[in-house]
Amino acid sequence: MSLCLQARQLACERDDRWLFEGLDLDIQSGEIVRIEGPNGSGKTTLLKILSGQLTDYRGELYWNGEPMRQAREHFLANLLYLGHAPGVKAGLSPLENLAWYQALSGEKGSEPAREAALAAVGLAGFEDVPAGQLSAGQQRRVALARLTLTQRALWVLDEPFTAIDRQGVAALEAQLVAHAQSGGCVLVTTHHALTESPVLRRIQLG
Amino acid sequence: MHAPQGGLMVAIKATLKRDLTLMLRRRGEVLNPLVFFALVITLFPIGISPDPELLASIAPGLLWVAALLAALLSLDSLFRSDYDDGSLEQLLLAPQPLAALGLAKVAVHWLLTGLPLALMAPLLGIMLSLPAGSYAVLALSLALGTASLSLIGAIGAALTVGLARGGVLLSLLVLPLYIPVLIFGAGAVQAAIFGEGIAAHLAILGALLALALMLAPWAIAASLRISING
Amino acid sequence: MWAFINKLRSPKWFYAISAKLQPLFWVAATLLLLVGTVWGLAFAPADYQQGNSFRIIYVHVPAAFLAQSIFVSMAVSGLVFMVWKIKVADMVATVMAPLGAAMTFVALFSGAVWGVPTWGTWWMWDARLTSMLILLFLYLGVIALRGAFSSRDSGSRAASVLAMVGVINIPIIKYSVDWWYTLHQPATFTITGRAAMTMDMWAPLLIMVLGFYSFFIALTLMRTRSEILRREANKRWVRELAEETN
Repeated sequence: MSLCLQARQLACERDDRWLFEGLDLDIQSGEIVRIEGPNGSGKTTLLKILSGQLTDYRGELYWNGEPMRQAREHFLANLLYLGHAPGVKAGLSPLENLAWYQALSGEKGSEPAREAALAAVGLAGFEDVPAGQLSAGQQRRVALARLTLTQRALWVLDEPFTAIDRQGVAALEAQLVAHAQSGGCVLVTTHHALTESPVLRRIQLG
Repeated sequence: MHAPQGGLMVAIKATLKRDLTLMLRRRGEVLNPLVFFALVITLFPIGISPDPELLASIAPGLLWVAALLAALLSLDSLFRSDYDDGSLEQLLLAPQPLAALGLAKVAVHWLLTGLPLALMAPLLGIMLSLPAGSYAVLALSLALGTASLSLIGAIGAALTVGLARGGVLLSLLVLPLYIPVLIFGAGAVQAAIFGEGIAAHLAILGALLALALMLAPWAIAASLRISING
Repeated sequence: MWAFINKLRSPKWFYAISAKLQPLFWVAATLLLLVGTVWGLAFAPADYQQGNSFRIIYVHVPAAFLAQSIFVSMAVSGLVFMVWKIKVADMVATVMAPLGAAMTFVALFSGAVWGVPTWGTWWMWDARLTSMLILLFLYLGVIALRGAFSSRDSGSRAASVLAMVGVINIPIIKYSVDWWYTLHQPATFTITGRAAMTMDMWAPLLIMVLGFYSFFIALTLMRTRSEILRREANKRWVRELAEETN
């Protein structure tokens, strides 16, 4: 398993302001790439471009050597993106939330697998509570359960540590490293200080 | 590495089920347009005159306009909560055609707004002394027409979902586009009252729906992509 | 074709070429409108039924034509902007919207004025006027949507989509309103429904229509030029331009 996401001469202009210009990126299997930069330097925008949400950019994106436009469907089938908002429906239970996410990628999944994924993020016993009654950190954990549940090679995580307690942070960090070491790839922004690790690489914006 | 898996039907079914579950857990949101519909119909006799003959002559138009406004009211929430909690972002990143998933959401909207409004309309028709023989046509034309309204309205809802106060703007965008549906919908009821053929009206309503079904999902998908980047 | 599209990508090129084209259209507009107005008001024969009040069609009809054409041009510009990401197309669409709304208003107002001697009232739910009124609402929707976004790029894209949706709907709306009108009111007197219009009534009308179009093109070029300067204000070529003129 190997994958690679490349950006060539990437530039993004938002309302006459260049957020970044001439950016060359190579993101490969076995890496955690951390995007750094001050507020407003375009970290979130860059993640949105690299996860195929924003198409308003200059330059080229390649997924495994193929131009993104052609490889888009294949790319999305390998991508797991978690944004600022956890994307957890308050009116549904954690189990129902996960079931929808699984179905979105075309798989039915199984209830025991979902329960196991929730248990892995420390939500055993909360499976059927409406997500609206969970705390912000617990809702974030529901979203993070998708990392275990859905096998995706490329993780794009925008501030995944928000609202997570200390033990949760350590567990998530370990999970990121394990994912990279098993050939996956993580693209992350965070204000949290990540422990140095041979798989960690930094990219400075702004 | 994963190859794209297909499974579009799984995704559509799950989206239908999810939206239905969510709406049925907040029954108020399903009931509100119906109550609004009944209220507006109550206002007309009070504002105009309780004279049954006068009311009967304007009943088709009143019922249609009131139902149209009731359907419009519920549109703003179509994508709003998904936008707020971030699941819209995830919907856009699903390896499935967004137009199809959007269509599933619109279908739920029609099922829980348009269809109940159509079923309730004959009841309010009695209160406006709607002439006998046009009740079935009223319900049928509304059921058919509100499906187009949901589709067209969803474009407006998708365009305004990223705006903090999109509600009034949404009506400004969508109401002019509703006019053909209103003309042929109310026209069908009118024709039934005069004992004329209604087939042509219903056929045109059907044609409008077919056109909306073909084009609106793409416009909805494009609009959602714009809004998510606002 | 591709060379042309690539040139359009550059606002600077458009700014230069429009400087040359603009005077041509201003001259054409002035001449045509002058000739058309004098001919239409003074020399064209009066209508045998309506007398002199029919002369308002020399304003009403060109304005109504333009109102519809501008919406179509706006949608086409929107499409060009969405497909080829040509910014100038969006600037053109931006300046066209208020122009189109103004033209629609002129058509509505002249129709209302015409209604006074003809129908004895300022407003009749005539098919043509009703369609015009709906068109005005469509314009207002596009303008309002563009203004509602805090990011101009998103506003441009949203307005483009709405203009395209609107342009598909305009013929449907027109057809249904015509149908609605004939159903409720067997055709009476409509502003353009006369059978007998002689050549010397037509000719000034044609000139007026051409005059209105030239005027619209000239005005669009002028306003697009200022829009270019406004949006590109911090680009080097605009700064150099400003220094030259100082």
